Amino acid sequence: MAYTSHFLAQLLDLFAAGLLLISFAMLSERRTQRLVTLFAWQGAVLFASTLLVAHSAGLEEVYYSAALTLVLKVIILPWILHRLIRRLGAEWDSELLVNVPVTMLLGLGFVIFAFGLAQPISTLATTITRNTLGIALAVILLAFLMMITRRKAITQVIGFLAMENGLFFAATSATYGMPMVIELGIALDVLVGMLILGVFFFQIREQFDSLDLQHMETLKED
Amino acid sequence: MEIMLVLGLPLLGSLMLALFGARRFAAELNVGVSLATLAAGALLVVRVIKHGPILALREQFFVDSFNVFLVALTAFVGFTTAVFSRPYMRIEEHHGRVTSRRLRLYHSMYQLFMAAMFLALLTNNMGLLWVAMEAATLSTVLLVSLYRTRASLEAAWKYFILCGVGIAQALFGTILLYFAAEQHLGQNGMTALLWTHLNAVKGQLEPRVLGLAFVFLLVGYGTKVGLAPLHNWLPDAHAEGPTPVSAVLSGLLLNVALYAVVRCKVLVAGSIGTSLPSHMLMVFGLLSAVLGAFFLWRQRDIKRLFGYSSIEHMGIITFAFGMGGPVANFAALLHMTVHSLTKSSIFFTAGHASQAAGTQRMDDIRGMLAISPTIGWGLVLGSLAILGMPPFGVFASEFLVLTTAMRSAPWTTPFLLVALGVAFAAIFSRIQPMVFGDTSARPLPHSPALVPVFVHLAMVLALGLYIPPALAEWYRAAAQLIG
Repeated sequence: MAYTSHFLAQLLDLFAAGLLLISFAMLSERRTQRLVTLFAWQGAVLFASTLLVAHSAGLEEVYYSAALTLVLKVIILPWILHRLIRRLGAEWDSELLVNVPVTMLLGLGFVIFAFGLAQPISTLATTITRNTLGIALAVILLAFLMMITRRKAITQVIGFLAMENGLFFAATSATYGMPMVIELGIALDVLVGMLILGVFFFQIREQFDSLDLQHMETLKED
Repeated sequence: MEIMLVLGLPLLGSLMLALFGARRFAAELNVGVSLATLAAGALLVVRVIKHGPILALREQFFVDSFNVFLVALTAFVGFTTAVFSRPYMRIEEHHGRVTSRRLRLYHSMYQLFMAAMFLALLTNNMGLLWVAMEAATLSTVLLVSLYRTRASLEAAWKYFILCGVGIAQALFGTILLYFAAEQHLGQNGMTALLWTHLNAVKGQLEPRVLGLAFVFLLVGYGTKVGLAPLHNWLPDAHAEGPTPVSAVLSGLLLNVALYAVVRCKVLVAGSIGTSLPSHMLMVFGLLSAVLGAFFLWRQRDIKRLFGYSSIEHMGIITFAFGMGGPVANFAALLHMTVHSLTKSSIFFTAGHASQAAGTQRMDDIRGMLAISPTIGWGLVLGSLAILGMPPFGVFASEFLVLTTAMRSAPWTTPFLLVALGVAFAAIFSRIQPMVFGDTSARPLPHSPALVPVFVHLAMVLALGLYIPPALAEWYRAAAQLIG
């Protein structure tokens, strides 16, 4: 028994590392469409890790949230994003990234910071996933970094969704997931937010002829 | 029962308006639903006064004197704003800025926004509080971008992204809170996040985790309060959205977000036993008050000007909650009330003034008294009230905050005085030329509804002269709760 739980913990660490790797890959990916694919992969890893947590904890609720992850983050959201990109004719869009090495180094700094911050908390956790809280925080911060460094509306949204993935991972790693009602509420909010953004993209493009946020600099102080 | 009415009526109204919102009577329906909600809110108030705090629906909802007062305020301002919005949006339609289809969206989202705020106020569940705050953001994004101009889209985008990121931080804070709670309240998801349960065991919660959770919760909900340096979205959203939306954002949403922060502070302060949360609130509040006041000087747009004024006032309220203690909390609650009444009335008049002048640029708004004495006087009286001139209620609360600050944190007094002085000079010098002098602007096609303006101002005046004992008792009970 001890042996299997050790093995499961190792497997979870592996998934967590996978999530972190995908976050870095997203940080350096310039093609919008591939970014969506990476996001779907991140969702898939998240699904696998949640399933594992559900199995090891034997909690029915966590199985449901794993299912929710699969449906929402691996299937629906990437599908909506792909559709949006096609409708907007942005399949071949890529954006110029400023200084990838510096961004990567910044990202590394964020990871170290996240681990430092999570250290005292992880020691309190009793779940088998406790080592992964630092990684969850790092995924959140990396998504945040992506949102700051990118200029395209769609990329910022993908960053936002990746941040949500990190939050979800934090919830499963610190406490076997949030209560089901709340998780449903969060899922609904994300979905509605996505739909609103879909409407929004078209409005932005209609007005600015582009989804590049560089045009959006009229509202300034003075 | 009353709780269900307060939550259900706006939700039902939102559905009905989604169906009939394009019809002629939609604005009246909107007013009617808001009035019904106000009545339900009044019933709830009566019940709480008579029987004390209520726990309902398997403890998922909790009403005590702190949130019932905010429910009453929200329902009231929600109703008066609906009254104001009826002629205002007709004029906008007349000017060709909105179509009847957009008005349907507007009315439906307005009620949905009200429902989300009531849910945030009434829920006992910290997770549900988060969901409701996010729903309030989402429902207002489309309201801010209602005119579909470049500037309004940009403002809405900024609002969505900044508040979205902010509220994600709050979610992380909530997760940490749950993590700390679960060790004492068990794995039962339905009870471990209930505020009343957390409050009962707050002394045993792990202080390190709660300290970290509070940082995230403050940054997250603080973004929605408009605390500096996370305030960037606020002036844009206020300036570019339709005026009724600016009025409810400033008068209500900021209050609700601050309510969330204060609920969290009560838990965390009880757990970690140091004054860290209080100090954080004080520093954030002071910074917002000072920065908000100085930014007032640089504004050219009338709604942006009052947006920054909201940042300043929310800063003062946050600061007062940070100081804590019965007097400061009393002052903060009073200031919440009078700020929300005054600021919404100012937005009402500023909206009509810019409709009459055809622009929001303050340099082009001239001679409002000549066009319409009610708009002109509303603007003058509203600004005097918000600047804290006696005998308006804002004076009373600001005076209380100042005197408490002199006693419990003397080093902050100069900052507060500078903020108040700078704000006074900045707003007063702007208002004067807008009101007096000649103008070429024409009267409005529909007569404006300025009754709400003067009702609000009369209430603020009354609160400055005399606080009814029942209300004072109520504030005192709430101040005690906050600690």
